[in-house]
Amino acid sequence: MAKALSPLQRAQTRLAYILIAPATALIVLIYIIPIILVFLASLTDYTLVSDYFEFVGLANYQKMIGDAVFANALSNTFIYAAMFLPASFLISLVLAIAIQDRKQFRSLLEVLFFLPVTATLSAMALVWGALLDSRQGVINSIIQSLGFAPVNFLGSENIVLFSLTLISAWSVIGFNMVLFLAGLTAIPKNLYEAAAIDGADHPLDKFFRVTWPMLGPTAMFVAVTSSITAFKLFDTVAILTHGGPGRASEVFLYLAFLEGFEYFNMGYSAALSLVFLLIVFAFALAQTLFVDRKVQY
Amino acid sequence: MAHLSLKQIEKSFGDTDVLKGVSLDIEDGEFISLVGQSGCGKSTLLRIIAGLETQDAGDILIDGKPVNDTAPKHRNIAMVFQDYALYPHMTVAENIAMPLIMTRLPMHARLPLIRHLAPSHRRQKPEIDAHVASVAKQLHIDHLLTRRPAQLSGGQRQRVALGRALVRNPQIFLMDEPLSNLDAKLRVKVRREITELHASSGLTFVYVTHDQVEAMTMSDRVAMMQNGRLLQVGTPNALYADPATMDVARFIGSPEINMLDATIRDGALLFGDNRLPIDLHNTGKVHVGIRPEMLMIRNMPDLAYAEAHVNGITTRFETATVEDLGPEVLIHGRLTSQPDTDIRIRAQKSASYGTGARLAHNRHLDVIIDPSRLFLFDEGGKRLHPALEHAAIPMQLETAGAA
Amino acid sequence: MTDILPSRTHFAIPRWLAKYKPKSIGSAIGTAVLFLCAWVMVFPFIWMVSSSMKPTNEVYNSHFSIIPKTFKGFENYYTVLFDQPYLSFVFNSLIVCGGILIVQLATAIPAAYALAKLKFKGSTILFGTVIASLTIPINVTSIPIYIGIVKAGLLDTYIAMMFPFFISVFAIFLFRQFFKGFPDSIIQAARLDGFTEFEIILRLILPSAVPAIAAFSVFSFVAHWNDLYWPLIVVQSQDKMTATLSMMQYQSEFDTNYGRTFASATVVTAPMVIAFLFARRLFIRGITMTGVKG
Repeated sequence: MAKALSPLQRAQTRLAYILIAPATALIVLIYIIPIILVFLASLTDYTLVSDYFEFVGLANYQKMIGDAVFANALSNTFIYAAMFLPASFLISLVLAIAIQDRKQFRSLLEVLFFLPVTATLSAMALVWGALLDSRQGVINSIIQSLGFAPVNFLGSENIVLFSLTLISAWSVIGFNMVLFLAGLTAIPKNLYEAAAIDGADHPLDKFFRVTWPMLGPTAMFVAVTSSITAFKLFDTVAILTHGGPGRASEVFLYLAFLEGFEYFNMGYSAALSLVFLLIVFAFALAQTLFVDRKVQY
Repeated sequence: MAHLSLKQIEKSFGDTDVLKGVSLDIEDGEFISLVGQSGCGKSTLLRIIAGLETQDAGDILIDGKPVNDTAPKHRNIAMVFQDYALYPHMTVAENIAMPLIMTRLPMHARLPLIRHLAPSHRRQKPEIDAHVASVAKQLHIDHLLTRRPAQLSGGQRQRVALGRALVRNPQIFLMDEPLSNLDAKLRVKVRREITELHASSGLTFVYVTHDQVEAMTMSDRVAMMQNGRLLQVGTPNALYADPATMDVARFIGSPEINMLDATIRDGALLFGDNRLPIDLHNTGKVHVGIRPEMLMIRNMPDLAYAEAHVNGITTRFETATVEDLGPEVLIHGRLTSQPDTDIRIRAQKSASYGTGARLAHNRHLDVIIDPSRLFLFDEGGKRLHPALEHAAIPMQLETAGAA
Repeated sequence: MTDILPSRTHFAIPRWLAKYKPKSIGSAIGTAVLFLCAWVMVFPFIWMVSSSMKPTNEVYNSHFSIIPKTFKGFENYYTVLFDQPYLSFVFNSLIVCGGILIVQLATAIPAAYALAKLKFKGSTILFGTVIASLTIPINVTSIPIYIGIVKAGLLDTYIAMMFPFFISVFAIFLFRQFFKGFPDSIIQAARLDGFTEFEIILRLILPSAVPAIAAFSVFSFVAHWNDLYWPLIVVQSQDKMTATLSMMQYQSEFDTNYGRTFASATVVTAPMVIAFLFARRLFIRGITMTGVKG
């Protein structure tokens, strides 16, 4: 046994358990038990409609591996993430750097760029659906007036994921930008002065030698949260494309949703959810571990 | 050759005038300190010399050539910041190498990833590394080259900052309160090292500090500033023995100089119940300054009495507290003739000062004021010089209330 | 002797305008580009509000104009606000968001304090669980919770709408970071003065955490006002509908009154946007509090 705790420590421990009790209870009820149930469900062929089900072991997972629909959803999600991540990261970084120096309009620009973050995404998705409309949308009007052929943003298999990236990026760029601005403000000014004296007064030099390294922790946070957000894509698909055209915009969570609530294959849906969790978790972990060492100083 | 010339430098931030027309000529190879209270403009002036700020008016010339529009990196200067401003994500070696990388390698050889393909990078890197190693060796930090600033002590970080500055072979070395972040003992040590560095390198040093001890001990000349103007520029001794204003006299010297209110009337200087005939055409209120070490205590065998007889005014002094500083004592009290002014006396202990001895409080002493050691200031603080040139000739005395 | 250069000449500009003088041509262009990007950011809002005031045939007019040619604003908004009990929807949203927030704060703050300042067995496991849970979206846990709610007969109740969000692991994370910065010496001094642990929490810690609480509250309120997925699943009857949910009924494929659709979208989005405009500092501070330290 560990050495006996002093009365103060014992009192602290008692207090601690009281303090964490409600939160822990809720975490168990809301996260842990459901996850366990999801895991168990993934081993069954449970459908919501009938109470009768049986355990089928890893059959759901085996089905997943051979399922072309699953592979499609996986690839859609990754393609979307591969577009979303750089866009939402780089654009907000560039904007933050550009705004940082402008004393006069900084507040105003901050507010304007952050506005989409506060808006109801489902409402704005409708708006974007109208703006991107292939025949009547404003964006296509502009494109046509420039002499190009109209683009079927939401109805074309090749473009739909790009359109979804556009909408999602629009809604998070302000958020990331604010984070980067905070990180930039935290960089001590005299580092730039020392760099200027050392000869690094070209914007590229300043960026690579001072700005980017000092932004490390912030950049990592933005990258990790953006990746998690990327994989969680659901709302806009549900409202605008319903996974279409064909299955071109069927992303992971949407497939899980369909399997569960439209086809009632709860077991399979549960298996998909779990695989989703594993992928996200692994990705976030990998990012954190890989970058953490380089970024800490 | 690096002669630095500042001409009528003016600088405002918003509505505040920080520098109001500062002109200064700094000789090649000299060590000059810019001293003053916080907010006097000394750091701003330094940054203008560096090129980090641009003056609103006035010129800066290095070796006769105006550098007003020259970027800092082209002015051939180096700067050590108060908090060193080391790049926290780089190792010591990389920190020191930065200036070399920036000046010797072209852009494509500096960018990450691409640089490894550039031939100039491959060629220069070993030279740069060697240069860094030799500077590090000079400063005794060669064993720290792979560490990051966060892992270093304050003194070590300072040396890295020095190394980064030295590696550029600058002509002018700027230092912004480099010792303020060090503890007292380290400060004394590093002070000496900086002085030695100046002696061995022969570079021009411009040193900003609010600590008058640093300024006095390290500099060839001291430039004292207040409210954006220069009060006095001169050798340390000039500021000590011949201050141009009351503020200079107050700032230099520790403990602070004693200031008495006085009047000049009918050709005599009156303070307390002392009267000194004086040859000045001013009349009215003046200030009299006497340094604590210039007050002599009569008839105290325990305290050294350097001059056997000094011609001077004797006046009564009442002790309040006594501080024992080791080789000397610091006596706080008041002149009985002017009880509202606090007076300090610094007196050396003589050999007979016993270990049990303690000067009593509230004890009355006779104190001798040597008129030739007085500083006279007008009501605005400007130094007055009585017509007598030779300070050693004692003025005619009429004492009242002699012991 | 070199001549003193003439000081820079200034053209006479009124003082209030002088603030906006650009530093250079490049700077002016940069600012223009930034505002162009800001326009892209804000345009969907403008379009939405503008369309909400137009009749159907104008909404998709190829000659787009911000000002509607026929003003149908009153009709559209009237329908949205009064043909359905919109106020009761807002009321529902307020109850749900408020209820969620209160429970979130009541459970997260004590837990965060314990994790930040007290040593106890299991603290690492708990914190690890908190971090892991940050990646779990409601979509994944929704089915079991839904079934549990159905079995408990709680479908279509306020409790059902609030339940999955009662615990905010994000709040625990945020407040823990915040409390870690609270000086231990103050707590120790309070203990010496005879404060009980509860008093320390209530009278020292809590007041100091007000900015963090305010920032998080804004964040949570907005997030749950905008929620769609979960309310869609558990709300069955109109009298429990939330504001955001109510917008969905104008979104069916058969509804062709587009003006009205966007009026409902505006009405749903407006409260939070307006709240943001008033409470900008809180929003932004709340976000940066989490991100900067990583």
